[in-house]
Amino acid sequence: MEALDLARWQFGITTVYHFIFVPLTIGLAPLVALMQTFWVRTGNERWLRLTKFFGKLLLINFAIGVATGIVQEFQFGMNWSEYSRFVGDVFGAPLAMEALAAFFVESTFLGLWIFGWDRLPKKIHLACIWAVAFATNLSAYFILAANSWMQHPVGAIYNEETGRAEMVDIGAVLSNPTLLAAFPHTITAAFLTAGTFVAGIAGWWMVRSIRQGREELARDVYRPAVVLGVVTMLVSGVGIGATGDWQAKLMYDQQPMKMSSAEALCEGENGASFSLLTIGDLSNSCDGVTHILTIPGVTSYLASGDFNSYLPGVEELQQRSEELYGEGVDYRPNLAVTYWSFRLMIGLGAGSAALALAVLWLMRKGRVVSHAWFGKLALVAIPTPFLASAFGWIFTEMGRQPWVVVPNPNPSGIDGVWMLTAKGVSTVVSPGMVIASMVAFTLLYALLAVIWFRLMVRFAAHGVADTEPDVSPDNQGTGGDRPLSFAY
Amino acid sequence: MELSTVWFLLIAVLWTGYLVLEGFDFGVGMLLPVLGRKDTDRRVLINTIGPVWDGNEVWLLTAGGATFAAFPEWYATMFSGFYLALLLILLALIVRVVAFEWRGKINDDRWRRWADRALVVGSWVPGVLWGVAFANLVRGVHLDADHQYVGTFFDLLNPFALLGGATTALIFLTHGAVFLALKTDGEIRARAGALAARLSVATLVVAGAFAVWAQLAYSVTWTWAATAAAAIALLVLVGATRMRREGLAFLASAVAIVAAVVLIFGSMWPDVMPALDPANSLSVAEASSTDYTLTVMTWVAVVLTPVVLLYQGWTYWVFRKRLTVEQIPEHTGLPLERV
Ligand code: HDD
Ligand code: HEM
Ligand code: HEM
Repeated sequence: MEALDLARWQFGITTVYHFIFVPLTIGLAPLVALMQTFWVRTGNERWLRLTKFFGKLLLINFAIGVATGIVQEFQFGMNWSEYSRFVGDVFGAPLAMEALAAFFVESTFLGLWIFGWDRLPKKIHLACIWAVAFATNLSAYFILAANSWMQHPVGAIYNEETGRAEMVDIGAVLSNPTLLAAFPHTITAAFLTAGTFVAGIAGWWMVRSIRQGREELARDVYRPAVVLGVVTMLVSGVGIGATGDWQAKLMYDQQPMKMSSAEALCEGENGASFSLLTIGDLSNSCDGVTHILTIPGVTSYLASGDFNSYLPGVEELQQRSEELYGEGVDYRPNLAVTYWSFRLMIGLGAGSAALALAVLWLMRKGRVVSHAWFGKLALVAIPTPFLASAFGWIFTEMGRQPWVVVPNPNPSGIDGVWMLTAKGVSTVVSPGMVIASMVAFTLLYALLAVIWFRLMVRFAAHGVADTEPDVSPDNQGTGGDRPLSFAY
Repeated sequence: MELSTVWFLLIAVLWTGYLVLEGFDFGVGMLLPVLGRKDTDRRVLINTIGPVWDGNEVWLLTAGGATFAAFPEWYATMFSGFYLALLLILLALIVRVVAFEWRGKINDDRWRRWADRALVVGSWVPGVLWGVAFANLVRGVHLDADHQYVGTFFDLLNPFALLGGATTALIFLTHGAVFLALKTDGEIRARAGALAARLSVATLVVAGAFAVWAQLAYSVTWTWAATAAAAIALLVLVGATRMRREGLAFLASAVAIVAAVVLIFGSMWPDVMPALDPANSLSVAEASSTDYTLTVMTWVAVVLTPVVLLYQGWTYWVFRKRLTVEQIPEHTGLPLERV
């Protein structure tokens, strides 16, 4: 393999890995903050127990999110140095803002929250977890601003003399239409992930505690958590659909090639259908692609809001690109990957949202559920939104190939701000070095994944603590010298 | 002043913040097996930095992000050029982060021993390698006419750079010991104080040698002021640790680090990556972003940095009390078995 392919694998592996943990942190931090708010407002101990239970799971997850994020900050320079030279003027700004505006808040206030349980007044301590929750979401905004600029460059010009992109309008970069759609889509996906996580673990415990003869516990503590999780799932499920539809319409304008690849549509069609199953060979050629099981008009509707509109095929788009950007390049992304990742994203996500609806029905009017199958299903549901998010990114990123910075199709003064992925890779880094780093990261990440998983299982299986003493200084005078209850 | 100059200074400030703050975190981690004989002792050590280490590390991320935004060419050349060194640092930082958060989650001796190893390795590796990297920036590296790094990993391990690595390792060790003497009480405080007194002498010798070498071989006249400041701070450090003046000692080791950063960045100026062949050096002007980007980033930095300092300062104030073994619960975490 060449350095380019290796660098792409390296980036894909480390980033998808980072994004396993990220959505859970983004969604769970606000949910834990909400639980703690319920406790502070109502004084009901159930919420304190749940806060600490899910809080510990959040911390285990947060650590690995931070650890894998550090790599991301330096990767662009290491493996994509030519890309970094080209875009740094624009792309570096949101990255630096993310660190200054979000990461500092996130890390500092998380430290205060962990160690402040018995040091800070209740309300201030509560404000700390809200600050964390806010900052994780803010960090998503800035990093997505950077990513959206690669999908759809705005607010920049190309300087012929230096051969670099230059920023001319930070406002445009931070209000990129692509960003305004991708941000709510990613955030709602994160809330779906965290909602499923909370509902799944609490649902499993609800069944389990009833079967252990502790119906009180199931009703008092776990049922409210299931409800909180399921409601989060439903609301975010609707949000994901709405924002996804919005994104698809933007994509049709901004990256038509990606839209047509999502459908593996070779020849242009009026009223393009959405296929549920397609077969083809993996040669990325249009000859053997056969759509089976199709729903007429839906893809056209996704793209433009009209069931009968015309959707160009990838062959046609290839020719258009050759005219605009030069011949000799295959401008089509990998059709099999884009086609299937798009379907897996939607399918896996929609599955968990549908499940939420069923659970709400089962638990209507104060019911608790005690079927063993329900407990198992609750656990099985947990990984689905994680997978959906990963496929969403694989679709987004693989769908923009062969570009690393996709040309803006309505060049309003930003002609020339585009870059092929092959041009972005570091020239001084040998394949051997990339292999070394890829092997090192993959092995270390695999080890950490195993530990992370076992820790999560261990803590989830422990359940909420029986009672939780209220140790905040509000209750017990000054807290300075008592043992640190939540420390390392 | 040119905006690119302002940003050169700001990046130096970010690195200062990182090295002063994470410096004692590294020191604490490096000293874990030395000062923490029993598990409760080790947990006192870890908890002195527990609430702050992550915030301290963000100074590094900000320095990285700011370099990308303000000096893309520098970011690209340095991180692709120092590839393997940076890889080692990243691997070390990863295991260190998870070891902090996960160590107390399982109540088992073997588990804690592994976490301790990760903390020690995770602190030593960057503690040495940051010094090696900065010394190479002072000395100059193999760049070609396109400002691409054409040396190898082993070129980075020249005698001057290795002395740089020893210098940062010793400064961090002392800084960490001084910090522990300031933040703990009882037996640990006494042992940390005694160790700091011994370490500070070694630091004076090694760091002094490094500073003089850098000064004579690679620097300019005005940085003698920084070298002198570093020497005075290190002398004060030796005296203060002798007399167990903990606050003063901490101030002195912090000032020594600040002076070292001034010396390093002062020697690099007006380049961000001096090359062994000076014609190929990557200068501040060549590496920098456009004025527009720098203006935007200046506003962001000017507004946000004071706020960050404010709430980070508040954190140190909230956790200002000295820690003792009495405040450490006997066990934390769940047993390993029974999943
Ligand atoms: C949509 C959200 C999102 C995306 C696309 C990314 N991240 Fe991330 N990142 C987060 C959301 C996030 C987070 C939720 O804010 C994390 C996860 C856990 C955490 O502590 O913060 C985080 C952590 C995190 C950290 C550690 C912060 C700390 O020490 O507190 C760094 C340096 C990065 N990320 C950098 C990146 C880079 C350079 C990315 C692009 C390639 C990236 N992240 C993609
Ligand atoms: C965290 C969520 C993200 C995931 C899961 C993700 C996933 C991926 C994947 C699967 C690839 C394809 C690798 C390949 O082509 O073989 C990729 C490439 C890439 N992504 Fe992303 N990405 C994410 C976010 C980002 C962000 C936020 C940025 C920019 C700030 C970014 C920049 C890049 C770059 C520079 C490449 C390498 C060039 C390339 O191969 O296209 N990604 N990413
Ligand atoms: C109705 C269902 C959905 C539709 C129509 C939809 C649509 C889209 C589209 C068009 C994109 C690509 C945007 C681009 O490349 O410019 C995308 C990306 C993405 N999707 Fe979905 N999606 C749906 C469901 C989901 C679900 C259920 C999840 C996860 C739980 C999810 C997670 C993601 C993620 C993480 C990305 C990458 C980030 C981004 O570009 O926003 N999506 N989605």
